[in-house]
Amino acid sequence: MTSWLTGLFGGGFRHGVHPPDHKDATAALPIRRLPFPDELVLPLSQHAGAPAQCLVKPGDRVERGDTIGAAQGYVSVPIHATASGKVMAVEPWPHPTGRWMEAVRIAVDPHSAQIPRPRLVPRWEGLDPDGVRDAVKSAGVVGLGGAAFPTHVKLKAPPGTAIELLLVNGAECEPYLTSDHRVMVEHPERVHFGIRIMMQCLGVDRTVVGVENNKPDAIQRLRETVPDDLDIEVMGLTVKYPQGAEKMLIHAATGREVPSGKLPAHAGTVVQNVGSIAAIAEVFETGWPLIERIVTVSGPGIARPMNLIVPVGTKARDVLDFCGGLTDDATEVLFGGPMMGAPQPDLDVPVLKGTSGVTVLTDSERKPERSYPCISCGRCLDACPVFLNPSRLGMLAQAGRWDDMSDMHLGDCMVCGSCSWVCPSNIPLSQMFSLAKSQMRREREARERHERLLAEEADRSLAADALEADRSGAGRPDVSADLSPDVSDEQPSEVGA
Amino acid sequence: MNTGPSGRDGPRGRVADVTGVPGPLELVASPHLKAPDSTPRIMWTVVLTLLPVVAWAIWNFGPSAALVIGAAVIGALGAERVLTGSPDPIRDGSAAITGLLLGLTLPASLPIWMAFLGGVVSIALGKWIFGGLGQNVFNPALLGRAFLQAAFPAALTTWPLHTGAALPDGGTMAWAALRGPNFALPLMGGRMDAITGATPLGLSKFEGVTTPVTDMFMGTINGSIGETSALLILLGGAYLVYRGYLDWRIPVSVLLAVAILSSALHALRPDTLPGAPFMLASGGLMLGAVYMATDMVTSPVTPRGAWIYGFGIGALVVIIRAWSGLPEGVMYAILLMNALVPFIDRATQPRVFGTGRATEGAT
Repeated sequence: MTSWLTGLFGGGFRHGVHPPDHKDATAALPIRRLPFPDELVLPLSQHAGAPAQCLVKPGDRVERGDTIGAAQGYVSVPIHATASGKVMAVEPWPHPTGRWMEAVRIAVDPHSAQIPRPRLVPRWEGLDPDGVRDAVKSAGVVGLGGAAFPTHVKLKAPPGTAIELLLVNGAECEPYLTSDHRVMVEHPERVHFGIRIMMQCLGVDRTVVGVENNKPDAIQRLRETVPDDLDIEVMGLTVKYPQGAEKMLIHAATGREVPSGKLPAHAGTVVQNVGSIAAIAEVFETGWPLIERIVTVSGPGIARPMNLIVPVGTKARDVLDFCGGLTDDATEVLFGGPMMGAPQPDLDVPVLKGTSGVTVLTDSERKPERSYPCISCGRCLDACPVFLNPSRLGMLAQAGRWDDMSDMHLGDCMVCGSCSWVCPSNIPLSQMFSLAKSQMRREREARERHERLLAEEADRSLAADALEADRSGAGRPDVSADLSPDVSDEQPSEVGA
Repeated sequence: MNTGPSGRDGPRGRVADVTGVPGPLELVASPHLKAPDSTPRIMWTVVLTLLPVVAWAIWNFGPSAALVIGAAVIGALGAERVLTGSPDPIRDGSAAITGLLLGLTLPASLPIWMAFLGGVVSIALGKWIFGGLGQNVFNPALLGRAFLQAAFPAALTTWPLHTGAALPDGGTMAWAALRGPNFALPLMGGRMDAITGATPLGLSKFEGVTTPVTDMFMGTINGSIGETSALLILLGGAYLVYRGYLDWRIPVSVLLAVAILSSALHALRPDTLPGAPFMLASGGLMLGAVYMATDMVTSPVTPRGAWIYGFGIGALVVIIRAWSGLPEGVMYAILLMNALVPFIDRATQPRVFGTGRATEGAT
C-alpha cells in the first residue's frame, strides 16, 4: 500500500510484498517437546542430493541415533534412527513432496529410555576443518530452512571462490513460522557456538546475522550474547517477504547482487539458516546426530498452536493430534509456511529434517477461485524480488513459450509466490512458473536422453560395421545400420544389448 | 499386514480418522495466501472516485450532464453485455469506467443518442474487438470520443454554458435548464440550438482572452462535462495513488512535461501559448492525466516506461495546443502514446537481479 513511497525514496531491497505475518499465535510460546509417537517413518531421501542407501532390514533392532541409511556420494547425508525400536518395513511411503518414496518404518519401543549411544559425533575441539566437515556429514546435518541442502557442502568454499562473510539467516519471513525465532530467543549461545564452528571451518573473520525487525527480542538476545572474540553483527532487516531468500539477504547485508545463475559464494558469502547453525552446535554439544528438529505448528485450522521439538520421522497426524487436532473448518495442511509450503493430501507423511512448520489453513484464508485477465497493472513487477516481468512471463506461460520464458530469465525465479500474492486478477503466476520450470527440465532431460541414445546407437553401428567388415572382408550392406532409425526412445535397454 | 496409509484411509486425499478433520484436504499449489485486492475492487474504486466529479458536473451543467453521462454508461454496459453474451463481464467494473470517462469528455449539450452510440463504439471497437478486458491497445473511452469527434464534429465542439454563467439577455444560466438538444432524434439533422460559450482554451487560442486560473481549477467554466473540476479530479487521483490503484508516475510526468515545456515556450514566444498554470488547469488535461493516461491496460507496466509514456503525452499535448488547428490535444496525445506502449514496455524491461543488464524482451 505504500510501495509507491518506497519506490519514490528507494533504499535497500526495493521490491517484495507485505503479507500479514500471523506470528502472534506462537511467537511467545516456549519450545515444547513432543512425546515419542508409536511409529516413525524415515524416508531415505530427506535432503537435496542423492538418497541414502538403506542399511537395515525388517526385524532389525535399532537404537536412537544409529545410522540406518548411508550417504551416497558427496552431496548426500546419512539417515539416522530417531528413536529406539524395531524396523517394521522398508517400503514406499507418502513423502511431503507428494511422491511415494522408499522409507524405513520403525515401531518405537515403548519401554526404551530413548537414550542414544554416547558420542556418536566427535568433540569439536581439536578437529581440523576437514574433520568438522566429516563429522557434520556423518551427523546428517542439512539446512533446516526448507531446502535441506547438505551442510557439509556449504562448509567449504566452492573452487574459484573466496568466502569473506558468513551470513546467518534469521529473517524467517514466511508467515506463521516461529521456530527460528524461538531458537534465537531461547538458545542464542547455541547460535553463536554454531557460528564459531562455521567461521573456523570456512576461515572467515566476519559474520552478519540478519533478523527481521519484527523479532526485537531475538535481536536483543543475540546481541547480548555475542562472544567477545568473534566479529558478529546482528542486523535488523526490513519486515518484508521474501527477506529470507538468500539473494535478498546477501543484498541487504552487503549490497552485492549474486550474479544470475551463480551461488552466494560468488558474492563472497555463505548463507546458513539460523536453525541449521544451532543444529550444528547441538550436534557437537550432545554428540548425537540430527534426529529431531523444531517445528512450528500453527494456523487458524489448528486447535492449540505450538513450537515443538519433534523427532524426525514423526507423522503429521501425531504432531497435529498433540496440538489438539484440526478445527472443523480446516481445509489445507501445509508443510512449511503459506507462501512456499507444500500442501499435504495425507496426514501420514512424516516430518522431515527440512520441515520448518506445519501450517493448517481454513476457509477464511481460502484464495478466491476466479481469475480475471491481466490488466497490466504492473504490481507483479513491483513485487518480484529478482526484478522479473511476471506479467509478460505469465502470458508466455499460457502460450507455452518456454524458450522465450527462459530468455526472460525464468531461471532466476525462486517461485517465492510474491507475484501470485499481489495479482489483483488472481492469475496463478508463480504456479505457472513452477510448472514451466519442471516442463523445461523434463524437455531438456528428454532431449539429452535422446541425443545420448543416438550417440550410443551410432557407436554401435560403427562397431557392427567394423565387425561385419572383418568377417566378410567386403563392404556388404549393413543390417544393423538399417535398423538403427527404428530404435525407440522408450526402451533403450533392450536395444542391441 | 497392510497398514499403509492408502489401505487405512480409503481414497488418497481423504483423511477421515484424524481428530476433527471434516473432509478431504485440499491440494492447491503455493502460495496459499492472497492479497485482498482484486481487479473488480480496483475498477469499482475508480468508479467511486469519479462520482464527486460527476456530481460537480451535474451541478455545473444541470440535468443535461446526467443525461449525457447516463447514456454513455448505458451504451458501454449494453455493448459489453450484448457482445460478450454474458452479464458477468459487467461486474468487473471496467465497462462502467469506460462509459463514465467517455461521458465526462462530452459536452452537456450533446444529443443523448450520440453519447449512447459513443459508449457502444468505445466497448465494441475500443475493447471487444481486441479480445476484451486487458487486451485493448487504446483507451476505449478516448477511442469512442475520437469516433464521435470524427462523426459529429459540430456537436462535439459546441460548448454549453455552466450554471450561473451570464446569458446574453442579462440573466444567468439556471441549473435546471437543458443545455442543448439532448433529446434530438437520431440522424434527424444537426441543428445545435444551444446557448454556447467558448472554452478557456478556445478563448485563449482564437480570441486571445485569458480565463482566471482559479476559475478553471474550481471548475466554474464552460467546457466538456468533466474537464471543469481539476480539484476534484486531483483529489480522486490522490486517493487512488494512496490505495495503490494508480501509477503516480504517469500523471506526475504528464503534468511535469506540460509545465516545463509550456513554461519554456511561453518564455520564448509568449503569444504561442499561455503560461504553465493556465495550461495545467485548462481543458481535459487533468482528467486525461489522472484518469485516462493511467488506464492500466493501455499504459506501460514498467516504472521507467511510465515516465517515458507520461512525458510523451505531456509533450504531445503542448505541441498540439501550440501548433495545431485544435485548441485541445489531450485525447490525441494519449491515443498516440497508447500505440507506443508495447514498444516502450519492450525497451524498458526491468534489469534482472544479478545480471547487470536488462532482459531481452520477447514480444
